Amino acid sequence: MKWDWNAVSDFMPMFWHGLLVTLEALALGAVLAFVLGLVWAMMQRSEHAAVRWPVMAVTEFVRNTPLLVQLFFLFYVLPEWGLTLSALTTGVIGLGLHYSTYTAEVYRAGIDGVPVGQWEAATALSLPRARTWFAVILPQAIRRVVPALGNYVVAMLKDTPMIFVIGVLEMLGEARQYSAQTFHTVEPITIVGIAFIVISYPASLLLRVLERRLVR
Amino acid sequence: MSADSSPSKETVNPAVDGSELIRFDKVTKRFGGNTVLDSLDFTVSSGKHVTLIGPSGSGKTTILRLLMTLIKPDEGTIKVGGEYLTHEDRGGSLVPAGEKHVREVRKHIGMVFQQFNLFPNMKVMRNITEAPMHVLGLSRDEAEERARELLDLVDLTEHADKYPTQLSGGQQQRVAIARALAMRPQVLLLDEVTSALDPELVAGVLDVLRDIAHSTDITMLCVTHEMNFARDISDDVLMFDAGRVIESGSPEKIFSEPDHERTRQFLSAVL
Amino acid sequence: MSEISWGLWKLLLNGIWITVQLTVYSAALAAVVAFAIGLARTHRLWIVRFVSGAYFEIFRGTSALILMFWIFFVLPIGFGWQLVPMWAAVLALGLSYGAYGSEIVRGAVKAVAPAQREAGIALSFSPAQQLRKIILPQAWPGMVPPFNNLLIEMLKGSALVSIMGVGDITFGASLVRNATGQSAPVYTIILVMYFVLAFVLTRGMRVVERHAKAGVGQAPQKREGLRARMNGGQVNDFARSGATPGGGAAQ
Repeated sequence: MKWDWNAVSDFMPMFWHGLLVTLEALALGAVLAFVLGLVWAMMQRSEHAAVRWPVMAVTEFVRNTPLLVQLFFLFYVLPEWGLTLSALTTGVIGLGLHYSTYTAEVYRAGIDGVPVGQWEAATALSLPRARTWFAVILPQAIRRVVPALGNYVVAMLKDTPMIFVIGVLEMLGEARQYSAQTFHTVEPITIVGIAFIVISYPASLLLRVLERRLVR
Repeated sequence: MSADSSPSKETVNPAVDGSELIRFDKVTKRFGGNTVLDSLDFTVSSGKHVTLIGPSGSGKTTILRLLMTLIKPDEGTIKVGGEYLTHEDRGGSLVPAGEKHVREVRKHIGMVFQQFNLFPNMKVMRNITEAPMHVLGLSRDEAEERARELLDLVDLTEHADKYPTQLSGGQQQRVAIARALAMRPQVLLLDEVTSALDPELVAGVLDVLRDIAHSTDITMLCVTHEMNFARDISDDVLMFDAGRVIESGSPEKIFSEPDHERTRQFLSAVL
Repeated sequence: MSEISWGLWKLLLNGIWITVQLTVYSAALAAVVAFAIGLARTHRLWIVRFVSGAYFEIFRGTSALILMFWIFFVLPIGFGWQLVPMWAAVLALGLSYGAYGSEIVRGAVKAVAPAQREAGIALSFSPAQQLRKIILPQAWPGMVPPFNNLLIEMLKGSALVSIMGVGDITFGASLVRNATGQSAPVYTIILVMYFVLAFVLTRGMRVVERHAKAGVGQAPQKREGLRARMNGGQVNDFARSGATPGGGAAQ
């Protein structure tokens, strides 16, 4: 085994940059997934079948097809349609859209868990629909699904390396670039691999604690 | 017949003229193949306290839920204060009402549920002020003043800043009563409000309701198994069986000398 | 779509065959890993639990794509082990998805009533007999739906091998894209292909589930469509494998 510590220290500046990009993509992707997922979940509760069905079909399709292919689709097809976005933006949209179909299911479980009496009380008080959602139902639903949402953020973290295929220089992208320049492959890939474990292990421990706290 | 939106000193302020406030016209409701209400007709006059009694499954709660628009009738019409509840009169023909119309008519109706259904994510004060602020458009100060009067009425003044889960069942139900009254409804629907309570907590809730019944002129529609309470507050008692009113009259008459054999059987079973 | 000639279609169809092979082999490896690690994590010796727990945390903690790069590039250079790309891909998918699967096995085994194990002891069964004759048959039906989710995740994950040059559907699509210069048709086609494969897998697993349930005398639940497997909070199993599987996010 040839391990070159010089290559390690040589790679580190690029690694830190890559880490920053990974975290940026993760944060933005997670926000998008949280918001879009909520929109899907609420639309799936619509009283109009014309709203429910398309949303169900699309989320089902997106969830059951590979993120990698979706990234290629966004990267190659959007410009053909006249929409040119940066690689990072495309990656964030891909991650956020893909994971929104999972968070939608999480929200849905949370919303279903709110007793029907809460909806009835809101009706009895004539609360407007928006107020019912945002003041009564969602505060109760979301509290219980925070740990589950968190677990999807960790899952999304582990999918972020995929966006290197469309040219985003996150950790894996930086590692590949370093390899291409210096022909050192063992060190950068190993470092990036360890970085993922170092980030995701404490994160999942934290979520287990959170789960015990929030989900009674 | 518009809801009184200017705050007054009284807790509730319905129009009291003894005129017809609620009318069920040939209302039928089925769940699956089961007909719960069968072409039901009945009216309630403004300011009256009406108790619905009868065996479980006889459709009493269904009436309250229809009035609250939690469910829709399969056939027939319901009028509240002269307005159709679930229908709209468009050029002489009745069509199912739009959301806006339902919302408008529904404002005159308040309901207290068996399971309280307080919002657990809101403190007691906000449970009561939420709807007056966001439905009636009251300012926070107005809504909180109204809420404090009502908390005083239900004897929970010092619990305004607690969450519902920090209260006993009886206290929660009294908050729920205050919450319903905060909308100044003309009609208050009470759906087995003591059934979910521990026995020792029932009296406190009934006292509050008695107080409201005797000191205000709000129209009450009440489903209960508390026959003494029913006798105490009711102007009229309606005996239900199999989706129909089989007998109605003053509490004295119904409880002492009912005409109907089914009523006699029912009362001897519950009293 | 007339631009896609028969030759190019054949690329995609070959890709399907490779993807199916990858999924089947990886699933087999993942199943072995899942049962070995999952049962080891319920072992009475702490050292066995510790080692298997470490495997779980490491392989669940890292990214499947990074692991794939590591097996493709670091193993040959660092250790001199050069694998055929197909088998390197199977190894990467099987090892990482096996880690998720181990959590399903562990949870299902732990969910079997303790009294059942006690009954096994009372009958003087050896630990291996208890496992084979009492615990696993009862735990198995509970594992099938989350395994189905995992299988779909693995099918989706198999697309990663295209980055390594293995000729699966996604790899075929990039060739077709290069040849035709058109992206929208080919990527739409292969997304549909993946969706159909996922649908077929779900149908197959439904049959397995029915058999498993019949094996313990339970009537199968009537559920329909691809959507159904997402119900009951099971969608969370994959990402939530840090916590108890099968338990919904919000009961």
